[in-house]
Amino acid sequence: MLRKKLMLAAVLGASLFAGAAYAADPVSIVYIPKNTGNPYFDSIIKGFEDGCKTLGCEFTTVAPASAEATSQIPFLTAQIQRGVNVVAISPNSPDALNQVFDRARSKGTIILSVNSDMPGNEDHRDAAILPVDFTKTGPSQVELLGKQIGYEGEIAILSATTDAPDQNVWIAAMKDTLEKDPKYAKMKLVTIAYGDDDPQKSTTETEALLANYPNLKGIISPTTVGVAAAAQVVETAKKADKIKVVGLGTPNQMRRFIENGTVEAFQLWSPYNEGLLAAHFAVGVKNGTIKNEPGTTFEVPGLGKVTVGEKSVIKTQADLTTFDKKNIADFNF
Amino acid sequence: MSSIARLLRAREAGILVMLVLFALVVGLIQPRFLTAETLRIVLLAVPLIMVAAMGQMMVLVARHVDLSIGSILGFSAIAAGMIFRDHPDWPLFIGFGVALLSGALLGLFNGLVVTLFKLPSIIVTLGTLSLYRGLLFILSGSKQIDPNDIPEPLIKMAQTSPIDIPWIVIIAFGVALATHVFLTYSQIGRQIYAIGSNPAAAPLRGIRVMPVTILVFTLSGALAGLAGIIYAARFGYVNPGITGVGFEFTVIAAVVIGGVSINGGVGSVAGTVLGVLFLGAVQVALPILGVSGFWQNAIYGGIILIALVIDRTVRQGGLRGLLARGGA
Amino acid sequence: MSTIESPRPAVILREAAKPRPRWQVILVRPETVTFLLLIIATIVATRLSPFFADLGFILESSTYYVEFAIVALVLTIVIISGEIDLSPAAQMALSACLFGTAYRAGAPIPVAILVSLVSGLAMGAFNAFFITVLRLPSIIVTIGTLILYRGLAQVLAGDKSIGSFPGWFVGIDYRMIGIVPVPVMIFIIASVLLGLFLGITILGRQIYQIGTSEVAAIHAGIRVRRIKFGLFLASGLTSSIAGLLTASRLGSVRYDLASGGELTMVLIVMLGGTYIFGGRGSILGTFLAAWLLVIIATGMTVANIAINAQLTVMGLLLIVSIIATNAIYARSQR
Repeated sequence: MLRKKLMLAAVLGASLFAGAAYAADPVSIVYIPKNTGNPYFDSIIKGFEDGCKTLGCEFTTVAPASAEATSQIPFLTAQIQRGVNVVAISPNSPDALNQVFDRARSKGTIILSVNSDMPGNEDHRDAAILPVDFTKTGPSQVELLGKQIGYEGEIAILSATTDAPDQNVWIAAMKDTLEKDPKYAKMKLVTIAYGDDDPQKSTTETEALLANYPNLKGIISPTTVGVAAAAQVVETAKKADKIKVVGLGTPNQMRRFIENGTVEAFQLWSPYNEGLLAAHFAVGVKNGTIKNEPGTTFEVPGLGKVTVGEKSVIKTQADLTTFDKKNIADFNF
Repeated sequence: MSSIARLLRAREAGILVMLVLFALVVGLIQPRFLTAETLRIVLLAVPLIMVAAMGQMMVLVARHVDLSIGSILGFSAIAAGMIFRDHPDWPLFIGFGVALLSGALLGLFNGLVVTLFKLPSIIVTLGTLSLYRGLLFILSGSKQIDPNDIPEPLIKMAQTSPIDIPWIVIIAFGVALATHVFLTYSQIGRQIYAIGSNPAAAPLRGIRVMPVTILVFTLSGALAGLAGIIYAARFGYVNPGITGVGFEFTVIAAVVIGGVSINGGVGSVAGTVLGVLFLGAVQVALPILGVSGFWQNAIYGGIILIALVIDRTVRQGGLRGLLARGGA
Repeated sequence: MSTIESPRPAVILREAAKPRPRWQVILVRPETVTFLLLIIATIVATRLSPFFADLGFILESSTYYVEFAIVALVLTIVIISGEIDLSPAAQMALSACLFGTAYRAGAPIPVAILVSLVSGLAMGAFNAFFITVLRLPSIIVTIGTLILYRGLAQVLAGDKSIGSFPGWFVGIDYRMIGIVPVPVMIFIIASVLLGLFLGITILGRQIYQIGTSEVAAIHAGIRVRRIKFGLFLASGLTSSIAGLLTASRLGSVRYDLASGGELTMVLIVMLGGTYIFGGRGSILGTFLAAWLLVIIATGMTVANIAINAQLTVMGLLLIVSIIATNAIYARSQR
């Protein structure tokens, strides 16, 4: 009897101890955005923070000053040294981080690529969390502009850099949509300009578009820096009634242009939800409650059921969110 | 001496010829370049560079260089932007005051370190380039100033004015004019040239080198600060990691093209204005010609080197004289 | 004769009146300051984060800075000779992009490496031409070529990264000699060789003389221009080697490789106590300063200190180190 009691006490004690150890050792997640001071990534960070508040994980974020290919590497190595369980990163290069990722994973760190994937190098990361179904970005942007210009006239694209992988996928889809869908037969893509995601260059490129194509009816700019610069140029040139600007932008960056009528509508997704989803997925995979393989489904409060896709790609939402005069006041990011 | 050499000797004329030739060549390839619309675009593109170039020119004339102006521009733009964001009811001129003052203070620090410790300005300002960028990240909490927070009247300054030329263009040319008057007619202005052409002799002529040098750096900082607020007006937002990065090289390129000698003592406002316009024309011509933006930096670098060689050649009486002198 | 010599004893007397104590001569040197800072930084970094004190980790992290440190060794000699080179980081990028482009065009790796090394020499020669033949100031020439070389890299590679190098080429930073990664070993060996070169060869002494007084050096029959030309060639060649090391570490190249590296290189040389006006400095100082930088940068990163504080600290360090070096040299001169 006494023996049994003792054993029970020991078991209780052990389980208590285990419980205490479990509570004292939560999943640690670090998020490394492309660079510091970028409001877009601040929203993703907010999502991570809120996710970790409910899940009880430990979250930190560190970022380099500039978004060049190698600037994230020292941060990555330092985080591995700190022994974090999960590194979520928005990689500045699709391949320059491969070696460091491999080393991290060999030490048991889970690597999540957040907001963009690493095309061709998917086997160097564990999973990718994308903001939206990228195949829908192109067609949906073309439709948004078409609706505003009566599906007729010359249009141009202002992109980021010539080799920006995401933008190039979207532009290819835009071209495809314009060619194949008879609805857009009268819309003519005259050129693609590249503003390198630099405000100054995006501005001069847009000005050149206006000068080179006097009959231009619309500009699609699938990058946050570009769409703001394009809107600013059209506003400065007082041509908002002749040239429609659409693109991917953040509400805070575009609010002015929506309110003063320079821009009718633009699109994006929810970077906040991306962070939230990534936090849930990270904790689930680390604790073994979510299997990281195609076809797995799991529940994220507020987002519903999420499915892990091919190559472990997870899409945060299916369709893009359109922002216009009616709903822009509801968003603050 | 050949007539070309004589023409090149009058620096401003030389740059003017370069500018006109450039415009004609681009115009031949793409007639759309020679329109009033292009002129408007060029004029909108240059104020930022022009204001800062006036400061940099004075620094170069005094035989120094200021590499920190890009970070000063960013710092001042963030400081003014934060005033606009946190106190939307304050009048516009307070933002201007904050930008100018913060720029002047950072410039003053450069000047003090350079003169008190007798250090080369290029290394000091390379250090403050990093230091001020760090400070501006700290000041802003790494948060961007969104377009929402930039007051509407400020943005309008980049678009219009009572005489239909945008305010920022008027400000830029006003600053150039003021700099010209200051350098040509004020005693201190003349002293800057004297210091630059012969730093050792300047004190013998009763010039107080130290305060004048400090003043020059302070002015350069203040003008970079003014450029900061022009940035906010023109682009409608300020980002701590983007605003002003690499700006110093553009400005130095413009000033050196404008015939300002890096050996100090030589340089004029007219030349600098032409240099700035030349750079602005290149910036605008590239996309109109359909040249990839990737070429821009290579072209800037090439132009700086060519301007250096021309500067050297002219002062040494032709390339032959230059090569013949080679001793040692 | 006697009239000329008569003031001399007086001068010697005055100098002899205040001999600096021997301990001061030995200890009050910029290298000593660097060494002390290195010890202090190590202690502080260990206190800041429990994850710091791990030799393997420090060595691994040092590979991110050692490419700059290798170039900084040559830059030290360039600065001692009274010149400066701000373009090596851009040279690293352009030569690495040329390497990548050659490889992508079908050249075998050894040929691509050769292309890269030759391009390094060519860029060095281009700098040297402007500086020694046209006699333009190196500061402004290399600002121009810094923009030009990086711009050309951008023209060549666009925004794309060029990669898929063969496995044997990739990951030199993870090949070890004992516990020391190969690039770090290269840095150590180069330090010893260049230290000996500068310290004991005639050429090395001549470089100090050039930096102290170019006019005097010319009168002493030193081939100033030829030596300076050689130094810029060496700078170009070393930059291309550093570019290749980076390419191997990353497994890919892009135009923005090593961007901003010029600040890091100058910082290392200045922290090591080399006199910015030439004539004084040592490889030992640069060697110590490279480790100081590794300790500071790694220590701050592993302690999760935000990048804004890091930029501030680096900028301040550069300014403080030149002020300190200047003060020390001013003391020892009088």
